[in-house]
This record gives sequence, C-alpha cells and structure tokens, in this order.
Amino acid sequence: MQLVRAHVLVCGGKNCTASGSEQVREAFAKELEKKKLDQEIRLVETDCHGFCEMGPLVIVYPEGTFYVRVTAEDVPVIIEEHLVKGRPVDRLLYKAPVKEDEIPKYKELDFYRKQHRVALRNCGSINPEKIEEYIARGGYASLEKAIYDLTPEQVIEETKTSGLRGRGGGGFPTGLKWEFCRRSPGDLKYLICNADEGDPGAFMDRSILEGDPHSLIEGMAIAAYAIGCSEGYIYCRAEYPLAIKRLKIAIAQAEELGLLGDNILGTDFSFTLHIKEGAGAFVCGEETALMASIEGKRGMPRVRPPFPAQKGLWDKPSNINNVETYANVPMIIGKGADWFGSMGTEKSKGTKVFALTGKVNNTGLVEVPMGVTIRDIIFEIGGGIVGGKEYKGVQIGGPSGGCIPASLMDTPVDYESLIEAGAMMGSGGLVVMDETTCMVDLSRFFLNFTQSESCGKCTPCREGTKRMLEILTRICEGEGVPEDIETLERLGRVIKSTALCGLGNTAPNPVLSTLRYFRDEYEAHIYDKRCPAHACSALLVYTIDEEKCSGCGRCARACPAGAITGEKKEPHKIDPEKCIKCGSCIESCKRGAILRL
Amino acid sequence: MALVTVTIDGLTVQVPEGTSVLDAARSIGINIPALCHDPDLIPVGACRLCVVEVENMRNLPASCVTICTEGMVIRTNTPQIKEARKTILELLVANHPLDCLTCEKSGDCLLQEYCYEYGVKSDIFKGEQHDYPLEDDNPFYIRDMNKCIVCGRCIRTCEEVVGRNILDFSYRGFKTKPGPFMDTTMSASDCVYCGSCVTVCPVGALVEKERIGKGRHWEIEKVKTVCPYCGTGCTIDLNVKDGKVIGVTGNPDGDVNGRFLCVKGRFGYEFIDSDQRLKKPLIKKDGEFVEASWDEATSLVASKLQENKEKNGPDSTAVLSSARCTNEENYLLSKFTRAVIGTNNIDHCARL
Amino acid sequence: MKLTNREELKKYREEAQKEISARNAEEIRVIVGMGTCGIAAGARDFMTAVLEEVNNRNLQVTVTQTGCIGMCEQEPLVDVQRPGEERVTYGKVKPSDAARIIVGHVMHGNIVEDLVIARFEEV
Repeated sequence: MQLVRAHVLVCGGKNCTASGSEQVREAFAKELEKKKLDQEIRLVETDCHGFCEMGPLVIVYPEGTFYVRVTAEDVPVIIEEHLVKGRPVDRLLYKAPVKEDEIPKYKELDFYRKQHRVALRNCGSINPEKIEEYIARGGYASLEKAIYDLTPEQVIEETKTSGLRGRGGGGFPTGLKWEFCRRSPGDLKYLICNADEGDPGAFMDRSILEGDPHSLIEGMAIAAYAIGCSEGYIYCRAEYPLAIKRLKIAIAQAEELGLLGDNILGTDFSFTLHIKEGAGAFVCGEETALMASIEGKRGMPRVRPPFPAQKGLWDKPSNINNVETYANVPMIIGKGADWFGSMGTEKSKGTKVFALTGKVNNTGLVEVPMGVTIRDIIFEIGGGIVGGKEYKGVQIGGPSGGCIPASLMDTPVDYESLIEAGAMMGSGGLVVMDETTCMVDLSRFFLNFTQSESCGKCTPCREGTKRMLEILTRICEGEGVPEDIETLERLGRVIKSTALCGLGNTAPNPVLSTLRYFRDEYEAHIYDKRCPAHACSALLVYTIDEEKCSGCGRCARACPAGAITGEKKEPHKIDPEKCIKCGSCIESCKRGAILRL
Repeated sequence: MALVTVTIDGLTVQVPEGTSVLDAARSIGINIPALCHDPDLIPVGACRLCVVEVENMRNLPASCVTICTEGMVIRTNTPQIKEARKTILELLVANHPLDCLTCEKSGDCLLQEYCYEYGVKSDIFKGEQHDYPLEDDNPFYIRDMNKCIVCGRCIRTCEEVVGRNILDFSYRGFKTKPGPFMDTTMSASDCVYCGSCVTVCPVGALVEKERIGKGRHWEIEKVKTVCPYCGTGCTIDLNVKDGKVIGVTGNPDGDVNGRFLCVKGRFGYEFIDSDQRLKKPLIKKDGEFVEASWDEATSLVASKLQENKEKNGPDSTAVLSSARCTNEENYLLSKFTRAVIGTNNIDHCARL
Repeated sequence: MKLTNREELKKYREEAQKEISARNAEEIRVIVGMGTCGIAAGARDFMTAVLEEVNNRNLQVTVTQTGCIGMCEQEPLVDVQRPGEERVTYGKVKPSDAARIIVGHVMHGNIVEDLVIARFEEV
C-alpha cells in the first residue's frame, strides 16, 4: 500500500470555484504528477468552508496549514516549498483573527485571579535545571543580602516579624523555631528540610522541588546562616525521582558558583547540603521519625521534649521546616517582613499553597493569601463542582485533617479558623467532595491510610485505628450497630488525647469531623441500611420502575450477572440475590426506569 | 541534687530534678500502670497506659517520659484518664489470646494485672486477631507473637543492656511486630540466647521452654545465690518449687548484673538434677570407677602428689585450675601449688 | 567558577539577564511543562513530537522545559515564545497538536485558537 504523507485540500465550493479554485486544483494535479508526488500526496476537493471571502482556499494536512487567496501561479511554490521542503509559504498563509491581546493574561483567568504566587513564584516560568534563570530573576540576592548586610539575629528578627508559620501543618512560628535552635548550646547544628510530602492528594512541595529547587536551597542557606548550621539535609521521598534529580542538579550548580559549600560568596559562612532519600513511610514526615530515618534507624517518632532544637539529628540541635516554608524565606528577606505581613490575616500571614483535587473543575496547585474563603478557592479558582453536582464539603489537611461541610464554606482558610472548624491546615491538601461522596466511606479511606502507615509504636494508634477502621468498614457494608457511633467517638477521643506523635493524635480527625457534620449519614447507614450518597455498594438496591420500563431488554443484556429477566415488551425485574450492584443497567437504560436506592 | 516540687492528686512531693512523673507518683504510693516502662531501660512512652493529666499541657502525656518541673500539677485518676487507660487495655486485649488458664505468665503478667484493676472485659472490640505460628525454633525460649503487646521492651533490652541489637520492629500499623532483621527466625539470627528479652517481657509472649508446666509464679520460692559459672559473680535467684530448681532469674538487687544474665547463668541449670551429675568422688580401681568417701579420695590424691614430688621433683607436677572456681578458690590452689608442691606449673582454663 | 563577592554575583546576574533578553529577542522558544504532573499527562510524548517537527523542518527553535505552573487540569502545558511577542500557553496538548503549534504559531505567529489558555504578563 502506498503511504500518503500529505493531503492537499482544495475548496470546491461555489464561491471558491468562482474565484478560481478549479484552476488551482488542476494546477496541483498537474504539478504533483510532474514531480511524481501524486502517489504520496493526495489531492482532495472539499465542500465550502464558509470562508469564501478569502477563497480560493487550500489546506495542507497533516499540519492543517491554511492557505488563502491561492492562485494557479502559487501552486508550484506551495509544492516546492511546503510539500517538498516542509516550509509553509508565509505570504499565502491565513492570519488568525486571534490577536495576542485578545488572549487572556494569566492574571485574568479565574484560576489565577485570586492567587498570589510567592512560594510558587518561579514554578512554571523558569527552567529549573538552569541556575542562571533563577539568578536572573533575582535569585540568591536575598542570601547575599542576609550574609553581607544582616546579622543572624536580624535575619531571625525579620522572619519573626514577617509572621511566617510552618507550612507543613503545625503552623509553629518559623522565626521563633530558628531562635530556639540558635540559642541552643552546641557548635554543630543541623538544618533539615522535610520534603517527605506524604498526604494523599498533596503535591505542593513536589512542585517547588521540581519547578524551582533553587528557592528551597536559597531559603535553607539563609536559615542556616541565621541559626548557625554548617550542614543540612533535604529528606525527600524516593517516590519523587524527578524532584531528587533536579535537586541534585541545583545543588551541584549552587556549589559550582560558590553559593553552597565553603566560604559562600567569599564570606566565612559555609553550608553544605545533602539529600537523603526516604523509603516511603508516611510517618517519616513526622520530624522525630524523619531524623531517626536520616540516622539510618527505623522511622519511628519519639517523645518530645527534647525538641529537635535541643536534641535533634544525632543528638545535635537541629532545625526542621518543610519545603514551602523555606521557599518563602528568600522573599521575606528580599522584600521585607512588612511586605510579607501585608498578605494574609492577623495571625496567619502570607500565602499558602493548596493542592486542589477531587470533584472540582479546575484541579491543580493554587497559592492564595491566607484568609481567602473555602468558597473562593472552590468556586472561583476551582471553577465549581464537576458536572454541576451539589457541593458537599472539603477535606482539608489530608489524613490528619478534617472535613468542612458546605454550610461552612465561608470559613477563611487560616490556621485558627480551620482548627476551630475541626480540620487543620496540614500541608495543604484540599479534596473537594460532591453529593456522590459518602462521608463514612471517606473516613474509612483515610483511616485505612493511617492504619497502614502507623509506625506501630504506640498502642492507641496501632490498635485503635485498626478497630476504628473495622467499625467503619462494617458500617459501610451495612453491618453497623447503634453502639458503633459511640465507640468511634470514644476511640477517637482516646487516640487523639493519648497517641505518641502528631500523626496519631490527628488520625481520628476525619472520623470525628464527619461525625460532627455528617452524623445523619452514619445513622442512615446504621439504622436504615442506606447510603445517602449511593456510594457504598453493599447498601444499594437496584429496582426497575415497572411504569417506565418498556421491556426493551437493554438492561438485561448489559447485566454481567444475569440478574435481570423479563419478557420482551414487558416490564423487567432485577433479582437482588444475583445483582452485583455494578450499575451497568442504569447506564444502559434510555428511559430512566432503573432506580438505585 | 536540686529538688523540684510537684503536686500529684493533691499531694505535694519533692523529687530530684529529672525525675519522671511516673517515678514521682510511685514514690508516694500512687501506682500508675505502665507496660512498656522498665526501670532498667530508657523510657519511650510507647504503650500510653501511664498517661496522666498535667495542667497546661495539651492532651494526656505519658508519665514515664514526662519530667517533673517546678510547680507541675498532675492528676492521675480523672474520668478521662480512666477511660483512656481502660480503652487502651481493651484494645490490647482485643488482639491477645486470653488463655491465661494455661499461660506460663499467669500471675506475673502485667496485662492480666491491669485488666483486673480496670475491669477490662474481652469482648469490647471484636475484629481481626494475629494468627502467627508459634516460634520455637531455638532451644531456649518460645516466642508467641500472638501474645505480644508490641511494648518494645525486648528490643530495647537487646540494644541498651545486651548491646547485641538483634531485634527491631518489622512491618507497620497493626502488623508491627518485634523480631530479628528481615523478620527471620531467632535461630537464623545472631542471637546468643541470653534470655534478657524473656526477663523483661511483661506478658507471656516470651517464655522459657524448660519452665513450661513446671510451676506457677506464686508457687515459686526464690533462693538467692551466686552464679556458679564464671568469676563475674552474678547474683542469681534459683526459682525453686517443691525443692526443685525450675529456673534461674537474675536477682534485681544483684550489684553486678541485676535482672540480666548470660545464656549459661540463665539456662544452664540442667546439671543440678542431672542423673549424670557427679555427687561423690570416684576412684579408679582395676580399671573401673568406684565410689569412695571424700577422706579416702583426698588422702589418695595427697599421697600421689607427695610421691610424685619426692620421686620426680616438684616441677614434675602441673595444676590446671577452673574458671568456675571463685577467686578465693583459685587463690588457694595457686598458693597450694607454689607453696606446698613448690612449682610454678599452674594454669587456668580461662573459659567456661 | 566560584563567585567570591557580591559584585561577582551582581555581574553574574546582569550577564544572565542580558543573555536571557538576547535569547528572547532572537530565539523562538517552545517551553514544555515537565513537572511530574505534566509528564504523567503525556508531556514527554508531546516534547518528542515537537522535537520531531522542529527537526523535520530544520527550524531554529529552542525547545526547553519548565516546572508545574499549577493548572494540572490542563496538562500537558506548553508555552510558545517568539521574539518580541508575549509568551503564550497552550493546554491539553497532544502529540498530534505539535504540528499545528509549530507551523501555526512558531513559524507564522498564528495563535492556535482552540488550544490557547493564556499569556504571560511579563517575560
């Protein structure tokens, strides 16, 4: 078979014919034959494109190059230049009506209008593997300013004044943390970056690591100068191979320019940075477990105090912040604490990056000033719920966070308001849920996660989340008993107040917050054996509305279990014993006769 | 040492700086339950049974790892604490075979004791239970991981006391369990079977093989003595029932060793009642060993030594002493060899 | 080369800026979003297709990469920047769109209307 590598479409519409398309087509046919291209290039006559004032029209595929006002004299040029050499003929090209200024600017898109990119300032604009692009945009100027113009105390003061709080979840004031570590006695201190982002659905830090690794390195170098650390570790999960690759490149580039290593920029400040790859345990995001893991031990949290600032990595005073926190630092030092403090709320300054996922139209990474409402994030930036379904709530802060219902969607997103609403900032995962999300099932999902990721050290987390998970699974399967709610609440209370580390303390949050706001769903599962969101398959019952059923038999053919029977043109029936609740019948029915209860 | 004053359940107590809340409470007779805590190990706060309420502290801190600070106000017995402790015990029991009738540890089991104290019933949380095979691949102790409450005492003992680091946790979540590297068997590991882990296990997960079925803890009389093996001189308790030694444990007050022993001291008592044990001296007569009296035997040895010395000179005799003798015995033998026989030909096996 | 004082850093920055503006004044650049989200959505295949188009036509175009800009829903994302013009972002591009973007926009400055998302304010 002869392979056709290109199609030349010549318009054969009436108006084009009038303007000479016939001649153009003939010219093509002749010329192609002459050049022996008629086998590999096919000439096609098309109908009117409705673009007649520009005719005769010629379109060359596969590129879809659109030539206008073509004459027979142009044909040899098109063949020689475009079809032989692959260079479209500029003067004949159609100039699109889209002018540059008609395209929306980024700032004009709903997705970006309310965003304010500080930590993500360079992500998506610069080449992360080229340090010169970072430096050209003012990179490492803040480090220079810090080590030349400011004392370590001044850097700490500036960070304190800015109001920056830890972006990894806890929200502890960053400057204060640095000060504790600086004041801790000892010559050798470590600076650690927690890049072990493990919350399901969260990828804020990954984006910074992959898109702008130098902002992290610069932030860490500034922090190291402020605290007095000469060595640092970035603890990055091995599931982020691209992030690790780019970090390695970035560190090597910074070392080569003398922005890391000994005598940075000719001063007596030295700072070496290492990467430690984590092996994929969620608990290693907990700071004491993370340090144990760097030391080569099993990643298990230990009791605090002593805090890392007193006794951290290898028992030396250590400071640990997450990626986003460090990425903010160069901006604070560069633009000043007041500039940073002008964004956000009184107690939660600056911006926060969120990973917006779930049943929302515009999923992605958003960075907003603190205090923006959940409504703004989901409905303005996120563009509302997929398929116009009803918004039910949002899970904030991953498995440690909580669920905030639609009724509280005007809650401002800041540390205190979220805690008050029973959730937490966490690292910034925002999972949007609509009417089809079952809250019991959602809790089960998160408890399953925390249970499998529990380090097993303390009893409440190891055994307690297991039993909570079992109860939730039972409820979802329609085998819940009335005491279950009380038992869940008791377990939640005990785990929250007695678990050893932050992960255990917060593990019951998804259950407790859904019990607080969606108790009726739990009750519906337990008492009525019904899942209001129609998500728990064990509780679904499929029936056929005899009034609406026309007996077409589509559903019976679609049913993989052979559960639907009926005579032709007679109402069909579903055998509940055989039904596997897959939902294929509903999709097949054209009359909406199948009901899911 | 500086003292700090704290208030526990309304009682004011002064304790040395650095004292844990648990120890402070116990010092004034307030007993706080604790499973993972062991006075010989560094506290880790893992079982969470010892939680208390401390004013101005979030949540319920574990008292074993909370250090007393001046003016601290502590409560150990509020309804919230009781609920927490009872729930934690219920959680442990939910995954623990309740075969106390036949369990070796019955009567000496902390879980049993606390469940009794808190009125814990077994049927609160019904769900999955571990179903591990019994590990009896080593000659000295049995590991029944179904009974393990994951307190980590065995791991910490192996690391902190013995320094062998054979054990650590494997797996995560509900499946977490202590064991040798890669969760292999003890016999495949580098374990030297000192049995220290067995000593610290608060439940019946680690049990000495030789003791099984030999006697309940309340029937045992402990007889303090010195380990007969090496010159270290560990203080041991012979565990005696009906006049028979059914086990050996380290004496907690022993200056040298406390509760910890080596494999010989702990497990090497089989000889006591062995039918092969030499109880009377034997003298070889006409090629056969024949029982003799001590007088007869020592006289014979003395005359033979004397005869040899006279005939061949003192250096024709050599003496080999034993590591199982005490220092005093070894001194005497050395003195005897050099002063009485008159030779320096004395040596020592220098091993057990 | 190690920078040993702030003047050298300043000089390095100025040179980098000069180089970049010269580059932007001369080169046509195609910048593919190569974060994990972009790659997962098919950015690598798209990049291969772009390189193929560029090579086949023997074009003087720099094909480079950047990180995630946040619109994961629209990945793979690609930016086209022609000298003196604003940087324009296309979304949900497939390898089969590479020819249209290269011929239409890169070579002739015609923005591919159905794929375009936005333009950068500043370069």
